Amino acid sequence: MKHDSHPLPFWRKYIFSTDHKVIGVQYAVTGLVFLLFGFALMMLMRWQLAYPGKPFPEWIAKMFSDQQMISGIMLPEFYNQLGAMHGTIMIFLGVVPLAVGGFGNYILPLQIGAPDMAFPKLNMMSYWSYFLGGVTMFASFFVPGGAAQSGWTSYPPLADIATVGQTVWLFGMVFLITSSLLGSVNFIVTTVQLRADGMSFFRLPFFVWAQFVTSFLLLLAFPPLEAAAVLQLMDRLAGTSFFLPSGLVVAGKVLERSGGGSPLLWQHLFWFLAHPEVYVLILPAMGIVAEVLACNTRKPIYGYKGMVYSVVFLGFMSFIVWAHHMFLTSMGTVMSSFFQITTMIISIPSVIILTALVLSLWGGSIRFNTPMLFAIAFLPMFGMGGLTGLPLGLAAADIHLHDTYYVIGHFHYVVAPGTIFALFAGIYHWFPKVTGRKMSEFLGKLHFWPSFILMNGIFFPMLLMGLAGVSRRLWDPTQYAHALPTQPLNVLMSFCAWGMALAQVPFILNFFGSIFFGKKVNENPWEATTLEWSAPSPPPHGNFENPPVVYREPYEYSVPGQKHDFWPQGMKEEN
Amino acid sequence: MSALIRYISKPHPLTGVTNAKLGTWCFLASEMMLFGGLFSAYVLLRAGSTAWPRGSELLNVPLATLNTLILITSSVTMVMSWASLIMKQEKGTGTSKVPGTFSFYMGSTILLGLAFLVVKAFEYGSKFSHHHFPGTDIFYGIYFTLTGLHGLHVIGGILLNTYFLFPGSRLWQTEPEQFTGRIECAGLYWHFVDLVWIFLFPVLYLL
Repeated sequence: MKHDSHPLPFWRKYIFSTDHKVIGVQYAVTGLVFLLFGFALMMLMRWQLAYPGKPFPEWIAKMFSDQQMISGIMLPEFYNQLGAMHGTIMIFLGVVPLAVGGFGNYILPLQIGAPDMAFPKLNMMSYWSYFLGGVTMFASFFVPGGAAQSGWTSYPPLADIATVGQTVWLFGMVFLITSSLLGSVNFIVTTVQLRADGMSFFRLPFFVWAQFVTSFLLLLAFPPLEAAAVLQLMDRLAGTSFFLPSGLVVAGKVLERSGGGSPLLWQHLFWFLAHPEVYVLILPAMGIVAEVLACNTRKPIYGYKGMVYSVVFLGFMSFIVWAHHMFLTSMGTVMSSFFQITTMIISIPSVIILTALVLSLWGGSIRFNTPMLFAIAFLPMFGMGGLTGLPLGLAAADIHLHDTYYVIGHFHYVVAPGTIFALFAGIYHWFPKVTGRKMSEFLGKLHFWPSFILMNGIFFPMLLMGLAGVSRRLWDPTQYAHALPTQPLNVLMSFCAWGMALAQVPFILNFFGSIFFGKKVNENPWEATTLEWSAPSPPPHGNFENPPVVYREPYEYSVPGQKHDFWPQGMKEEN
Repeated sequence: MSALIRYISKPHPLTGVTNAKLGTWCFLASEMMLFGGLFSAYVLLRAGSTAWPRGSELLNVPLATLNTLILITSSVTMVMSWASLIMKQEKGTGTSKVPGTFSFYMGSTILLGLAFLVVKAFEYGSKFSHHHFPGTDIFYGIYFTLTGLHGLHVIGGILLNTYFLFPGSRLWQTEPEQFTGRIECAGLYWHFVDLVWIFLFPVLYLL
């Protein structure tokens, strides 16, 4: 196979590249930077929560304006901005771009044996649209009144009358929605059209299935949020009142608007996106964990087909559970019953997938390398996240737990030690493919163990605080008598959070150090079976030297009668 | 490395579509959810309000009927522009310049799209001159939002078609099959824009 060998100028090769691998790395690195930024916002909030009303250390306070801190004390408005932007940044600019834009872009075409994405130029536009969205969100801190401060959910009527930062937030979301639209169309078309010969749907690695279903969620769930964003923009800029009821009183005065709108409408449209979004956060993580587990247990993952059916069913069901976020609105008991039943149903496929992953460990000869540690830790952590979600899905229990720290603890268990650990596993696992070098095992373990312990130190106390009834949006929890007994937990959590930042230092050193000094490895250092490992490391433009042909299922490890304990998908003869 | 990517101009033997066509259908599915969300918002707002005006009493039904006819006609000319490419291909008579019939029908599609916008602008203008703005009440709010967003889609389609009429048509000389595929996709989009209007017209003007 011939390649166009004329060299591209630097800016075409590394900046405005149409190569899915470069775009994947761009997505991943930008996503990691935003993860760190979102984490930094949270560390500021944790000071205020641990020591309410105490001034920050001077070297931190110096960095902030009078609109944000006065003599080192964080203003409530700034606290609200940090809360809203932490959520927005972590979800829309950190985890999803890393999991879907980064891993999906880089790995998916390789795993199906494609030379690139189906629409390389759209792929590039997807990244740059995401980048613009990120810049817009970041810039919103510097507009008058600061960034959006109505929570990442932007509930009206509050969001309708908030400062201009909310408008910037909405424009940022439009960029991000455009980006994910372009990306998901690309993923779907690539998976359907560009699979290598012999790569039938049931020979796809589970990671590809997870990304494929995720793409449908992004494609179909984001537009209603775009519709909602358009309506909220109209409310804010054109004076409509889609989300403003008649006779709304703001600061003691009746708002001069025509009224007649419905704040609940926003919640319906928002959660119609935001619940599938939860599965956008978790499915790619499950895909990564399946790959890492199969490779490092040296056996096929248990119940591959069951997992595939589950993930498809899960994707479908995720569109009809959204109102379980709204049990405490006035939508009525019939609606609540419907949505709590669908919520209980959707837990079944999640449990099937998690159980299959746990059973995959059974009888394996496990290699406890760094990616495997993160992948194994994912299982109980996601399990806790899932189990703590059940009481929230039942309307009666949710009355007590709604909007408390319990909710925060629940979804952070899913996303932080769940998804983010899986993403770390993926980074350690595929780093040799991207760079041709392995990351350090020692630094990797130094990253894993403190992170694992401190993660639980941050999020487990949240469950306890939530059960004690502490609300999730308090600038100063000590103002409430019922929150006072849990205040020592806030100090503990804050120290764990700051410790978490230190625990990421080995990762950052490892990540950048290994690019230059990591141990050089061949194209298949983990002796894995899926197609990406048969391409050179790093794969050249066009990925494969010859178009690959697939002969068997994705996880043919330890096949009896074979000389080696792995039998690559693209290998015709015995191995 | 677009040379390596398969099914750009020839359809995939199993799915029967090219990449671009599948991508367009995915995009339209997404658009369907966008307008679906807005129509749902309309239903919820209307169901939740105590009094809802009849569209025919506030809006100009004859003008909207004219606009419906204009859009439907433009869909026909869009198909004709695609068909003229197919017929030229089947005759196999050279691949020099795009057929004149294509330019004629594509140009007509663009002009009809512009005519739609002009009529729409008159409608908006008369509403504004009677001091009816998006903020007036919830009915005008949803009217301006839905028709405004649809108008943006019409503008997008006009830009796309103009591109294919002038600079984009050079592709015909080298890859006639791929160019025909692109016109088909542009047509799918244009029909979708038409279809949205077919829903908007009765919902806003008649019901």
